[in-house]
Amino acid sequence: MRVKEPLQPKVLPRRRFVQGLIAGGVLAAFPSLIHAASSLAASITGNVAELSGKVIDLVIGESLVNFTGVVRTATTINGSIPAPTLRLKEGDDVTIRVTNNLAVPSSIHWHGIILPYQMDGVPGISFKGIMPGETFVYKFTLQQSGTYWYHSHSGFQEMTGMYGALIIEPREPDIISADNEHTILLSDWTDDDPMELFRKLKIQGDVFNFNQPTVPEFFNDVAKSGVANALQRREMWNQMRMSPTDLADLSASAMTYLMNGTTPMANWRGLFKAGEKVRLRFINGSSNTFFDVRIPELKLTVVQADGQNVEPVTVDEFRFGPGETYDVVVEPKNDAYTIFAQSMDRSGYAKGTLSVAANIDAPVPALDPVEWLAMTDMMGNMSHSDDHSAMSGMDHSAMSGMDHSAMGHGGMEKTSMDHGAMDHGAMAMDHSKHKMGGNPLAVPSSKVRHAKTEYGASVDMRVDMPRTNLDDPGIGLRNNGRRVLTLADLRSLNGIVDHQEPEAEIELHLTGNMERYSWSFDGLEFGKSTPVHMKHNQRLRVILQNDTMMTHPMHLHGMWSDLENDQGEVLVRRHTIPVQPAQRISFLTTPHDVGRWAWHCHLLFHMDAGMFREVVVS
Amino acid sequence: MKKTTLFKALYAVFIIGLPLLSQHSLAESNMAKMSGHKMQAQGGDAPKNARDPHAYSAGTTLTQGPYALKGGERLTLADEHSFYALLGDRFEYNEHTDATVFDLQAWYGSTFNRLVIKTEGDISDGKLEENQTDILWGHAIAAYWDAQVGIRSDYAKDGKSRQWLAVGLQGLAPYWFELDMTAYLGEKGNSALTFEAEYELLLTQKLIVQPRAEITLYGKDDEQHELGSGLSSSAIGFRLRYEFTRQFAPYVGVEWTNTYGQTADYARLKGQPSNETEFVTGIKFWF
Repeated sequence: MRVKEPLQPKVLPRRRFVQGLIAGGVLAAFPSLIHAASSLAASITGNVAELSGKVIDLVIGESLVNFTGVVRTATTINGSIPAPTLRLKEGDDVTIRVTNNLAVPSSIHWHGIILPYQMDGVPGISFKGIMPGETFVYKFTLQQSGTYWYHSHSGFQEMTGMYGALIIEPREPDIISADNEHTILLSDWTDDDPMELFRKLKIQGDVFNFNQPTVPEFFNDVAKSGVANALQRREMWNQMRMSPTDLADLSASAMTYLMNGTTPMANWRGLFKAGEKVRLRFINGSSNTFFDVRIPELKLTVVQADGQNVEPVTVDEFRFGPGETYDVVVEPKNDAYTIFAQSMDRSGYAKGTLSVAANIDAPVPALDPVEWLAMTDMMGNMSHSDDHSAMSGMDHSAMSGMDHSAMGHGGMEKTSMDHGAMDHGAMAMDHSKHKMGGNPLAVPSSKVRHAKTEYGASVDMRVDMPRTNLDDPGIGLRNNGRRVLTLADLRSLNGIVDHQEPEAEIELHLTGNMERYSWSFDGLEFGKSTPVHMKHNQRLRVILQNDTMMTHPMHLHGMWSDLENDQGEVLVRRHTIPVQPAQRISFLTTPHDVGRWAWHCHLLFHMDAGMFREVVVS
Repeated sequence: MKKTTLFKALYAVFIIGLPLLSQHSLAESNMAKMSGHKMQAQGGDAPKNARDPHAYSAGTTLTQGPYALKGGERLTLADEHSFYALLGDRFEYNEHTDATVFDLQAWYGSTFNRLVIKTEGDISDGKLEENQTDILWGHAIAAYWDAQVGIRSDYAKDGKSRQWLAVGLQGLAPYWFELDMTAYLGEKGNSALTFEAEYELLLTQKLIVQPRAEITLYGKDDEQHELGSGLSSSAIGFRLRYEFTRQFAPYVGVEWTNTYGQTADYARLKGQPSNETEFVTGIKFWF
């Protein structure tokens, strides 16, 4: 069989006292486990090694972890969770040798990196994968800078520990100035076999949802608002067999949320000196979890999204899904702050501490209450108010010419105006010029075109009147009294985004069936689908309409996704775009690199269930 | 003769089933009411001009076309895997009959096509008294509905075993009713129809009341098995369970059973009452 090299920890973990202690106890109690696992080293967690240079060696293997009091085997890169942080330099030709010491094929995908398709690391699409015992040599030139990450693209290996930060320093001096920085990689860990969790969802789609509507809640509603209102609040959900609390497939009942590989109890810590300006590189490296991140008492100035610099925007909180990254700059005044990242379904959180010394902590906020999905999450562009009873009398014919930006969201203030109103004006003018020029593709088409495969057993709902506004922070964050980042707040810094108009337009719908736990594009799971062909170097508009009630972080490999609004104004360059329930968004892309690329929902279970398309660029 | 009975049985299933399927149109009409114009959020038929999901492929497939991997290799995901489940819906002791009743279902297969085995019966004094096992092929025909066809085999300790052809519908009706209805065609022109409905009321996330109803009808009088034609029997029950985990929940319950018409007459001839109140304790589980 294969030879397994025991991996020696190269850097002493700073914060593994809890895990280490418990691991020791458990191992002593089960001698057979020690025997079975004798060739495995304990995983390093917490602050991990940083590797830099032009040649990097990575080794994929198994190592032991103990996050919850039980010892489990993780798949790791260089024996740590997260994997070592790679700090590379823009413009460098890098060689990354990856050796697979697992008994099964593996791979590493460089998330958000522009490179030749053979180096993209998706088994079955870009290459055959890295076979057991084999070393695969990745070689590519770094054409970009910023905060990215890397992870396995094989099976559920990402979920069992294979993810790490990838930071590319710009060739020119960084325009983001900070005195200090920390990389904060959020993830989720399960003690169970991921495939077993997946099978359970196949059997019972709501098996991990412990926030389901109950009978006493119904009577509370009756007492508060009368029988008619209580019934009406539930009618659509019950009739359509949809759950208003279906916010995450896997909750804290199955997952432990980690910050830099550290449980909330073990409390990852980042230090700063008084008066320092600190850059925090947030990476959502989780398998299936949207995190709502905030640092109470600290404003977050978002300066980068998906590795691309944006016009600074100051917020209290942001939501991000698997695959997305945000860099924020903070200017701490107190001695300690809690970095609080609650899961979107409010079942748990990851947390850590930002402090001036190792022994100071700040209070940990309570989880926010669970909110029901609103009608707007089911039916889209009906009403942006949460007052359901107001809907029946609405005149939709009057809505066609609606100005979404003017609708607002109750208490949500739009502070994004300081993003250079001039730019906007200029864009709008450009835009009208194009319109007069008669380019039919100047604005994204708003006519909903469902695929004929959306009418079968794989699809449990379709949205006929999607919402196209981007200024919704999403369920659970609406009107929470905090300034929450939305897609509408993001503007790439000048010179990042390509403002060329599209020559073609395609429309795809994100679809699913929660009862069957099936996810797809256009009602076709990956195995039944055919690739989306894109012409090499042709500017293309992609419309994604979400016909489900979950938010999907859509990641297109190999090229940028330049998000635009419904007026065709290009806003921000991303590699992973979260599409909210009943929302229709569009982005422009120019595929500069030929080959086959993956395009999928970055919720790992949705991807594996079939919400995945191959893209052919030729 | 046989053909007409089969037709009748099929007709019965679909006369009940189709309106349920068309509940989609209820959702539709309700939405239309709310929004003021035609909308259809679930089910229905694709319009003629619906978008072709392969329109963007330019003739490429997952294994053919530019840059495809050599040797026809391609990615496969869980949508092409088969999964299995064993569902113990009822596994209970019935104090009235002093028997253990089981009602199990197992499936193996993909999202849309499955081998389904349903078995229910009762055991007393450690011996299998009677058992009904359906072996079916299940095929998804709508978002929440599977059509099932196959065979049913009945075993009875006193030797009156028999076989049936089965065709049914299983799924989730609007307002969260779990339904399972099957029509059977047996030997000698016998036919039967069973209809089961379950509902769940969450008192808390773990304490759940499950009302359950089951009725059985027969196509013709069957003296040998002491079954009359038409509505033959019903069972209506409530079970209160506590889910220690979502997969393991002990329960207590009460069930009212009734026999009707000729079936009730056969029962009376044997000195049995036509209705009973029975208390049960059991476990609901799946894995």
